[in-house]
Amino acid sequence: MILDSKIPEGPIAEKWDKHKFDVKLVNPANKRKYEIIVVGTGLAGASAAATLGELGYNVKAFCFQDSPRRAHSIAAQGGINAAKNYQNDGDSVFRLFYDTVKGGDYRSREANVYRLAQVSVNIIDQCVAQGVPFARDYGGLLANRSFGGAQVSRTFYARGQTGQQLLLGAYSALNRQIAYGKVKMFPRTEMLDLVVVDGKARGIVVRNLITGQIESHSAHAVVLATGGYGNVFFLSTNAMGSNVTAAWRAHKKGALFANPCFTQIHPTCIPVSGEYQSKLTLMSESLRNDGRVWVPKTVEIAQRLRKGEITVNDIAEEDRDYYLERKYPAFGNLVPRDVASRNAKLVCDEGRGVGSSGLAVYLDFADAIKREGQPAIAAKYGNLFEMYAKITDENPYARPMRIYPAVHYTMGGLWVDYNLMTTVPGLYAAGECNFSDHGANRLGASALMQGLADGYFVLPYTIGDYLAKMPSDKVPTNHPAFLEAEQAVAAKNNKLLSINGTRTVDEFHKELGLIMWDYCGMARNAEGLTHAKQEIRKLRDEFWRNVKVTGVGEELNQTLERANRVADFFELGELMVDDALNRNESCGGHFREESQTPENEALRDDENYAYVAAWEFTGVGNEAILHKEDLEFENVKLTQRSYK
Amino acid sequence: MAGSNPNAKPMDLTLKVWRQKNRETAGQLVTYPMKGISPDMSFLEMLDVLNDDLSVRGEEPIAFDHDCREGICGMCSLFINGRAHGPERGTTTCQLHMRHFNDGDTITIEPWRAAAFPVHKDLVVDRSAFDRIQQAGGYISVNTGGVPDANEIPIPKIIADKAFDAATCIGCGACVAACKNASAILFVSAKVSQMSMLPQGKTERKTRVENMVAQMDIEGFGSCTNTGACAAECPVGISLENINMMRREFISAKATSENLA
Ligand SMILES: Cc1cc2nc3c(=O)[nH]c(=O)nc-3n(C[C@H](O)[C@H](O)[C@H](O)COP(=O)(O)OP(=O)(O)OC[C@H]3O[C@@H](n4cnc5c(N)ncnc54)[C@H](O)[C@@H]3O)c2cc1C
Ligand code: SF4
Ligand code: FES
Repeated sequence: MILDSKIPEGPIAEKWDKHKFDVKLVNPANKRKYEIIVVGTGLAGASAAATLGELGYNVKAFCFQDSPRRAHSIAAQGGINAAKNYQNDGDSVFRLFYDTVKGGDYRSREANVYRLAQVSVNIIDQCVAQGVPFARDYGGLLANRSFGGAQVSRTFYARGQTGQQLLLGAYSALNRQIAYGKVKMFPRTEMLDLVVVDGKARGIVVRNLITGQIESHSAHAVVLATGGYGNVFFLSTNAMGSNVTAAWRAHKKGALFANPCFTQIHPTCIPVSGEYQSKLTLMSESLRNDGRVWVPKTVEIAQRLRKGEITVNDIAEEDRDYYLERKYPAFGNLVPRDVASRNAKLVCDEGRGVGSSGLAVYLDFADAIKREGQPAIAAKYGNLFEMYAKITDENPYARPMRIYPAVHYTMGGLWVDYNLMTTVPGLYAAGECNFSDHGANRLGASALMQGLADGYFVLPYTIGDYLAKMPSDKVPTNHPAFLEAEQAVAAKNNKLLSINGTRTVDEFHKELGLIMWDYCGMARNAEGLTHAKQEIRKLRDEFWRNVKVTGVGEELNQTLERANRVADFFELGELMVDDALNRNESCGGHFREESQTPENEALRDDENYAYVAAWEFTGVGNEAILHKEDLEFENVKLTQRSYK
Repeated sequence: MAGSNPNAKPMDLTLKVWRQKNRETAGQLVTYPMKGISPDMSFLEMLDVLNDDLSVRGEEPIAFDHDCREGICGMCSLFINGRAHGPERGTTTCQLHMRHFNDGDTITIEPWRAAAFPVHKDLVVDRSAFDRIQQAGGYISVNTGGVPDANEIPIPKIIADKAFDAATCIGCGACVAACKNASAILFVSAKVSQMSMLPQGKTERKTRVENMVAQMDIEGFGSCTNTGACAAECPVGISLENINMMRREFISAKATSENLA
């Protein structure tokens, strides 16, 4: 298979405009003859479905929650980037492009990233027109903050609830199309297979989560906007239901999966507190704008603290190590996420971690409160402080927060070309479920931007180009390909329900998560990865022999839903390990211990690994086949990232 | 440990949980004794523990809605000891921690009760009526593209902040569950006032309020008798002011209706 990224010719700044002119258009009167399926109604899916409906296509949209408004995008806190340069601090499309490619440690495709930076400015206009109440300055104009290591203030935000407000904006646009009858919405419906007819994506098989019924839906094109797969680690900042199933089952039907090992571990999360813990809570990294990260200077002090012999306020200023400020004077607490996370792990591995487990560092606002006063800090971060207090029962105004890195985002995903089409013609992937724009590390506030860019401004053009070249005939859902897929889905469900073993789905999921975290988490090495692969296989075999899934398939059955998702995580987990093992370099969130500088910084190997690793499925338990898309950098010079 | 109180002792509890097979079948409260619950657990984690036990015993776990477990998606929806989202003010079920209960407590867990929210199974209810109300007018009619620059229309900060406050409704339905009339007015008013405050939303303000209120009535929500129970139980503090604002909007819309439908 040859991976053709279909990057348009010409200078980078002109590619997208030229492409938009070159794409074929569907005659307005013909658009209603085409059906498009959009799976997922987070930022990427809701914006795509709404816009495609506005254009006149017939859209069917699906989500597993009870309402499209509840997609995981709702939880994003910090903000959304856009190269508006409203603050006149030197931002530009090129700078956002440059920062994103560099931040991704030079493992993303230049042309896609440039387009992302270009359309970022339209996103903000669109959201404001929809009534998204972004933060404003006293003059009534939009406010910005600097976020996640950016040296310009380009992040737009709505207090600590930016994702919520953006999603509700997209949801309102979607609702308008639902009311017009252009979008038909299927909530509480889960996609369980992709249907391919004559080599093209022509529909999906779903399970109605209330009745348990297996149903087919036919279309001319299918968009997956089903989010990321961070929950393969069990504990992550993702919502409980976030999963890889839709993307994975498409992968098994021929869509290559790219860079699966590129996972983002977010530095500022509330640490794990007990075995029963079901998820981790992110504290927005906007907190690093004012909070200072530190641990005790010595192991001894840390030990006394952990034993409860002293409290944090007993530690003298000179006994505190503000390690990010010390090691990275230029960026200080604002170094990119991967660097901040790895350093937290390093100091904890040295024995200087805090909290009773020793797996935490402090995030301290004492100086900021002294400087700006408590009301000013409360105005900026009030809801985050409240959330912290609710979970930990501690007052973060009075003593520093404890934070630790947690799995947060997955840069890998379905491989897509410039048109966001996967290797299955007619199947598109948007938002976090594709691999496209963030390389090996995503910058803060860039996922929301990418989701909305894909959905509002990219897909509506590129899908039109595909449909314009295809007849509008429909494939009936009694076509053998649909029936076969329905039977396979039903068989898998029945299999899960009939095992009747002794261990619960969650037990397996937690154990898989631990393997992933220990061997394919913040630091990876060949020996550990090889071991992990065996462990995953063993556990997967046991899962299929010994899992207990109660209830029946023909009604609401949340255990069966989870079992299906965990089954796919097992297969994905192995591929992540394969990918991490293959990539014998460190880049972004992927840190191979074999490849580091003397100062323990990530060491890239551009000579051998400046490519996208796209994997082809060959059967469970078989080795996946690696395809490479070489990355060419014509506009950004590759350098070793340095935040010193 | 993240949980602050190292002395917190595990608790023994008695749960009474609503079990109902499906929409058609009658339900009942079933008693489950719980042992050794950590006060640092969240309420839903406590239910996870129970569900794991039930699974192992071959009994069907309790179905309940949840997703983000961060208090933002609005999916969790338990009526705990007679209160929507339980005893803590300003807290969703998923953000409620067991430290707010005592050893030996009996805890009754029911679904939202409202004619417009029929039970799907156990603690899971159908809130699609909320979506239909939003579809009736909870939007500003703009297509993608062709909109003015975001800074073209300045919005006074105080207005933007107020609109934001109204916009933070998570659509959980606690207001309906808390209201003896099962009125949805707080939920509807939050969207109406957000949009009528913003300059972008003013063009359609009359039709919006008329259509959303009409849909609210069609869905079978009760009428508001000003008890204020909704705002008292709203986990994100949506204020009663929104209801007053919506009433004003509604009266003025009716007086000079632009609704041609
Ligand atoms: C706590 C947190 C905070 C964040 N903060 C920020 C931030 O400040 N800025 C930023 O830029 N990014 C942030 N991110 C990242 C960002 O929120 C996500 O990457 C982004 O929202 C993903 O959007 P999406 O549309 O791709 O997918 P999602 O919002 O995850 O939506 C997935 C959709 O797919 C549906 N779905 C999934 N599987 C199936 C299936 N099999 N069948 C049917 N439907 C399915 C779901 O129902 C849902 O509708 C944050 C992430 C987290 C976890
Ligand atoms: S108004 Fe409050 S209680 Fe009602 S749905 Fe919105 S957030 Fe929930
Ligand atoms: S689970 Fe999302 S608000 Fe409770």
